[in-house]
Amino acid sequence: MKKLRRKVYMTAGYNTVSLGTGRKEFNPKKPRPGIEHYIKEAGQGVLKQIGGAKNVDESVIGNFMAGRFNKQGHVDGFIPMIDKGLSMKPAVHVEGACASGGLSLVTGIRSVLAETSEVVLSLGFEVQNTVKAIYGADILALAGWFQRRKEGHAYFFPGQFSDRAGAYYEKYGYERTRKGMARWYANAIENARLDPTAQEYQNTNPDPYATALKMQPNGKSFVDHLTVLDCSKVSDAASGITVCSEEGLKRIGVDKKDAVEVIGFGHAVRDITSDPTDLTELETIKFAAHQALENAGITIDQVGTVETHDCFSIAGILAVEALGLAAKGEGADYVAAGKTGRNGEMPFNTTGGLIGWGHPTGGTGVHQAVTIWQQLTGKAGKAQIEVSPERPYGLTINMGGDDVTVTSVVFKRGE
Amino acid sequence: MTYDERLQNVSVMGAAGKMGSGILLLTAVEMADRSLLPENKGKTFVLNAIDVSDEGLAGLMNYLRVQVRKIAEKKAVWLRKMYADRDDLIENFDIIDEYIFDVMNIVRPTTAMGAAYGSTLVFEAVNENRALKVKLFSEIKQNNNKDVWFFTNTSSVPIHLIDKEAKLEGKVIGFHFYNPPAVQRLVELIRTDNTKDELVEFAYAYAKNLRKIIVPSNDFAGFIGNGHFMRDGLHGIKEAEALAKEKNMPLYKAIYMINKITQEYLVRPMGIFQLMDYVGIDVMQFILNVMDPFVKDEDLHSDLLNTMMEQGVKGGQYSSGAQKDGFLKYKGGKPVAVWDVHKQEYVDIDSFKDECDEMLGDLPDSAVAWKATLRMKNKDEVFTRFFNELKTMNTLGAQIAINYGKRSKAIGEKLVSDEVAQSKDDVNTVMLTGFFHAYGPINNYFD
Repeated sequence: MKKLRRKVYMTAGYNTVSLGTGRKEFNPKKPRPGIEHYIKEAGQGVLKQIGGAKNVDESVIGNFMAGRFNKQGHVDGFIPMIDKGLSMKPAVHVEGACASGGLSLVTGIRSVLAETSEVVLSLGFEVQNTVKAIYGADILALAGWFQRRKEGHAYFFPGQFSDRAGAYYEKYGYERTRKGMARWYANAIENARLDPTAQEYQNTNPDPYATALKMQPNGKSFVDHLTVLDCSKVSDAASGITVCSEEGLKRIGVDKKDAVEVIGFGHAVRDITSDPTDLTELETIKFAAHQALENAGITIDQVGTVETHDCFSIAGILAVEALGLAAKGEGADYVAAGKTGRNGEMPFNTTGGLIGWGHPTGGTGVHQAVTIWQQLTGKAGKAQIEVSPERPYGLTINMGGDDVTVTSVVFKRGE
Repeated sequence: MTYDERLQNVSVMGAAGKMGSGILLLTAVEMADRSLLPENKGKTFVLNAIDVSDEGLAGLMNYLRVQVRKIAEKKAVWLRKMYADRDDLIENFDIIDEYIFDVMNIVRPTTAMGAAYGSTLVFEAVNENRALKVKLFSEIKQNNNKDVWFFTNTSSVPIHLIDKEAKLEGKVIGFHFYNPPAVQRLVELIRTDNTKDELVEFAYAYAKNLRKIIVPSNDFAGFIGNGHFMRDGLHGIKEAEALAKEKNMPLYKAIYMINKITQEYLVRPMGIFQLMDYVGIDVMQFILNVMDPFVKDEDLHSDLLNTMMEQGVKGGQYSSGAQKDGFLKYKGGKPVAVWDVHKQEYVDIDSFKDECDEMLGDLPDSAVAWKATLRMKNKDEVFTRFFNELKTMNTLGAQIAINYGKRSKAIGEKLVSDEVAQSKDDVNTVMLTGFFHAYGPINNYFD
């Protein structure tokens, strides 16, 4: 991929609360806000920081399955509802399953690079608690190839990643892998407790690691190789961020120091109708993340923090390996040793990730960018980590389906 | 006849009632599950839901549809395997809908009792009326040319009398579910000297598939559960009456106090008066009337219950499961007032609560709430500490509680010595699982 032909920035991120089990205000029996609420809150949250809708040239909205979760298609039509100032301006809906948010970001980046826009409002959302988990599993299964749905598990995606976890156990040992997965969960909870918008913010478990380690997978009620703690949450949430050029930054009146610069990005898709070559490897993540690093002209040891797509704890471990932080089969040990913790060698998912913060499928990619923006510009509140000048870069990895669509972005604080 | 053959044609009498609907649901699901097994493909399973009320049957079908969906959602993993050969059923949505249809398709709602004439198994969950039960069973027996077995859900009528009077020749067994059958795991199993072994074997297999816990009870009116509860309830009434007399205060205040003691001091899920309301004062009266003639050394009756019935205050539940007013009046499931039998009106608890609580005295620091004890691993230790502390206290509440605990134990022990229950453990299991007590009545806490 060629070097970026002009500077691209992101700023003014905003997250709604990630609502679902774990949040005290969540009551599945009571009516809850719909997609309109989330789109509006996230959109207005961004607009307030950039001088209003008049400064926006174009909007991109990532969403996976409003068509089924909410029986609503044509979601780009909701953009002008955020603010009248967005009316009669371009808006586009992008979908790539759980990478829809990441697609929203890279679509914005491309638009700025193409100089068709200077300021892009990038949003992502999903409102999933409209159906019970067993039916939600059907809807999310559409991120896989429908021809394979029949032979798949009732909980289709947990089933897919359970197969990956099972293969990993068999190859590298059950106990050590489970230790890594339990640590992954514990880190997610620890980080989520520091972010008031996180779904697990109010989690009070004194020892999440012990809880996760003790819980054993049970294929009779769920899947063979994962427990519910290995899985991301069912979430209602939206996130938004501004993607802009240098000129755009001036227009919205945001200092470069309060923005992150997009240094490079990667974007790749694997054939949805074919099985992964190796269940213990995330090849598309590996490809796209390295493409992003290469595009940025840096190596992984210059990265200070990573937001990766831990829809399942095993996906977190496999991402560690895909990035080359640990050799194949040693990712679980790397995590178990605390190296991905907030004070570890490479802090991962510092606001909880998909397991701790939540996984509003179509919104996750944007949420990851918001977290990196917060961390690199010192706006992460209690969740703030120390970013050393030697390793000033942040990296996001957003995955759709079973390692099918991946976007990855490298960021650095604006200067 | 195999287990599955026996289940191919079943009838539930009183299917639209509170107990009957639960029994029908569980049986329909069990039958549907059997029908899905490879060896049973193509076989027809029929479950007659028989009731006198068309309206009740219409409600039953709605109840079934909602409940079967919930059950199906919980076992979607298994259902996907069972429907693996159905190419047209792909998503969980499809499979769950098909299963609901398959269960409903087994059920035949009808007001015609003749439907049971072709059954090989008949469940009975009609009113607690011996003559009615005998009449139904004997009519079915006379008109049914199959080898039909009878399962009665009676909670009080001796089974051997039903057997003898309906001429069932040992093909009857007591299979007593607890309310609500779909939730409560306890089943009291009552065989008579005459009951055939095959019925017992089938009953155990059926209970196991329904994930029920069986406690065998001997064939004495009231069996273990009501044998304990009825006496415990009557004791509560006597204590309230004695307290009112002793303290020269209105009975409603004493009812509030005894209810509070039995819940908070004895760490039970609800106070004894609330429990009587839950069961229903009318139902309790019915059961006492059945039991009383069979119990020679005790007088199982209460004037207060008779008065309540005369005044039309009966407790029980609405079909939604909400609590009807009885001794206590409920708001959002919580007691807010107590019935004054003299003035025939409810008196708000808030108007006299402080005065009564003061009379009872404070609970010690070691007190625990029933709910908090559910997951405690050191329950025994916690109860020992709490009840030991209660024993050292001179407050009115503590004294009544200790005596109540002793009386509850004595009732339990008498069930064993009278050979209603086969062991102390059986009595405790019934109270723990059927009444959700946190500890069994036969214990050493109050000695």
